[in-house]
Amino acid sequence: MEQSWKQAKSVFAGAMGPPLFWLVLFFLVPLGIVWVYSFGQNVGLTEISFTGTFSNYARAIEPLYLKIFAKSAWIAGLTTLLCLILGFPVALAMTFAPSRLKAWLLLLVMLPFWTNLLIRTYALIAVLRTEGYINLSLGWLWQHFAGVAPLVGLEPVGAFTPLELLHNNFAVVVGLVYVHLPFMVLPLYSALDRLDRSLLEASLDLGAGHIRTLLVIVVPLALPGIASGVLITFIPALGSYLTPDLLGGPDSQMIANVIERQFKRANDWPFGAAMSFMLLYMTFIAIAVQAMLSRGRRRPA
Amino acid sequence: MNKITKGGPSRRSLLTTLGAAAVGITFAPALSACSPQSGGAAGAEEAKLNFYNWDTYIGETTLADFKSAAGVDVNMSLFSTNDELFAKLKAGNSGYDVIVPSNEFVTRMGQAGMLMPLDHAKIPNMANIDPTFLNPDFDPGRKYSMPYTWLALGIGYRKSKVNGVPDSWKWLFDSPQYKGKIALLSESGDLVRLCAKYLGHSVNKIPPEMLAQIEAMLIRQKPFIKAFHEDNGQDMLLAKDVDLVLEYNGDIAQIMAEDPDIGFVVPKEGSLLNSDTLCIPTGAPRPDNAHKFINYLLDAKAGAEISKTILYPTPNAAAKALMPAEYRDNPVIFPPADIMAKCEYGAFEGAETAQAYEKLITKVRAA
Repeated sequence: MEQSWKQAKSVFAGAMGPPLFWLVLFFLVPLGIVWVYSFGQNVGLTEISFTGTFSNYARAIEPLYLKIFAKSAWIAGLTTLLCLILGFPVALAMTFAPSRLKAWLLLLVMLPFWTNLLIRTYALIAVLRTEGYINLSLGWLWQHFAGVAPLVGLEPVGAFTPLELLHNNFAVVVGLVYVHLPFMVLPLYSALDRLDRSLLEASLDLGAGHIRTLLVIVVPLALPGIASGVLITFIPALGSYLTPDLLGGPDSQMIANVIERQFKRANDWPFGAAMSFMLLYMTFIAIAVQAMLSRGRRRPA
Repeated sequence: MNKITKGGPSRRSLLTTLGAAAVGITFAPALSACSPQSGGAAGAEEAKLNFYNWDTYIGETTLADFKSAAGVDVNMSLFSTNDELFAKLKAGNSGYDVIVPSNEFVTRMGQAGMLMPLDHAKIPNMANIDPTFLNPDFDPGRKYSMPYTWLALGIGYRKSKVNGVPDSWKWLFDSPQYKGKIALLSESGDLVRLCAKYLGHSVNKIPPEMLAQIEAMLIRQKPFIKAFHEDNGQDMLLAKDVDLVLEYNGDIAQIMAEDPDIGFVVPKEGSLLNSDTLCIPTGAPRPDNAHKFINYLLDAKAGAEISKTILYPTPNAAAKALMPAEYRDNPVIFPPADIMAKCEYGAFEGAETAQAYEKLITKVRAA
């Protein structure tokens, strides 16, 4: 039988206390300080005085920065979409894998998490760069194909020009998808794994094909998983700055790069704080949209 | 100042900074009351020292040698940019005794009261310093800082891919010739100052109309630029990602030993000089040891030991005299005198100027 928390208040308080303390001290208090900074002004080089000014926000919504916000949202959105397209089949395959294999597949998905993000990003640089592994392999294939071409009656081909894979927006999206794929696969897997198999059998028995079963039965049932996967992929992707810094080209800056530079090079903490909070508000909007969508889904049921 | 391993500050470092700031605000009075300084008896400092330095910026045996000479244990931690150093100390000194800020930041930190004046009587090895370094504009009379190294920005290039010697900033800032083969340093201040130098102005006191001109020039040049690098330009040049990089002479000197196809030139228009210096931050718990350590680093033999490892130009005349000719006569490490005469230090011109430069580069990158 379910127990109301009111019947065991001391137990509840004992269990809730430490995490609450942690949350307040290490999350809410620092966040509050940044929030206060965002209404402050630089006084001299090290002091920030709280003046209640909105000028930092006024600067943050200049077209220059709004454009960067929009671009970041677009890149994060594209990353999320690609993660969904790539992650869904992976999660589906894991669901239907034999249970002995499942643990290993899960491990494979989580394994990259055990390596530092910086190291994984440097590994991607080594793969993508002009003389990286992809271009070296392609160059090798090209050399051999070039020797074969005249034999089979084709025009001789010129020298191999390496592909421009690094230091552009393409590299940033590749890097972000690579980093965020586990965030998408895991919630999808947990949603799909709970799926009632008899529904699938019923659908197949009643004459629906595999594709139709997937689209009409599996996807709607997995929607909560998809929604949470989309959210927890989109949010960190929106705030990423290491990946655009290291893999991006001259125009690949994202909003988090601009914020970082305010806290460091520009030494303009109030402005950086205001932009951080703009980013936070965007995140809240994304969460609100997700909540509305899930409520809308529940109503007809 | 190794920049090879740097790769951008981590998310964690930003959070640490914020956390430190939070603590600094909330508990500042409490902290100062129980700082280690008040604990120790006067005159007798414990035999320890916290040294906050750039990565790969010390001789291989220097710290161990200092321990056997003075009996003081040096604990070295690393920072990767002046901004990181400044942001960390802005919230209060958490126990560093000796730090290594660059010229502009010496002014900035001195103005902000973050540096302790040096007691020259405790640093007799100051006599080893080349006299031209003793009265710089960024720290008149060496009140706060002792010179450790200096460095010049220039163009590192791949000889086989470039026509002759690219001895003008034009090839980086104002020419489509090396399209897609150029990497610039992502330091907004350095970029803006060097563009002004290219346009025939000093690196300091750049007028607003010239800033507009610089912005237009960089936006025009942007399609030809491959990347803004995070001080790992030498790595990109070595890996053949690009053929021309804006980098420091010491960084390029390090890779020239690995690849003879790489060259370095300080352009004919002149360039921006930097000098990394030894300072004692305000609130350092062990100022006596800090003076001893600074004095030791300025020793001729210790200085030569450091230069041998890091290959940056040394302002220490006595140490330079102990170095082999291939260091002393290396035109990359010590550019020719006529070019050096056109080089300048960047002065700290207030927070607003730094913010204006930052915005200019943000605009260029968003364009």
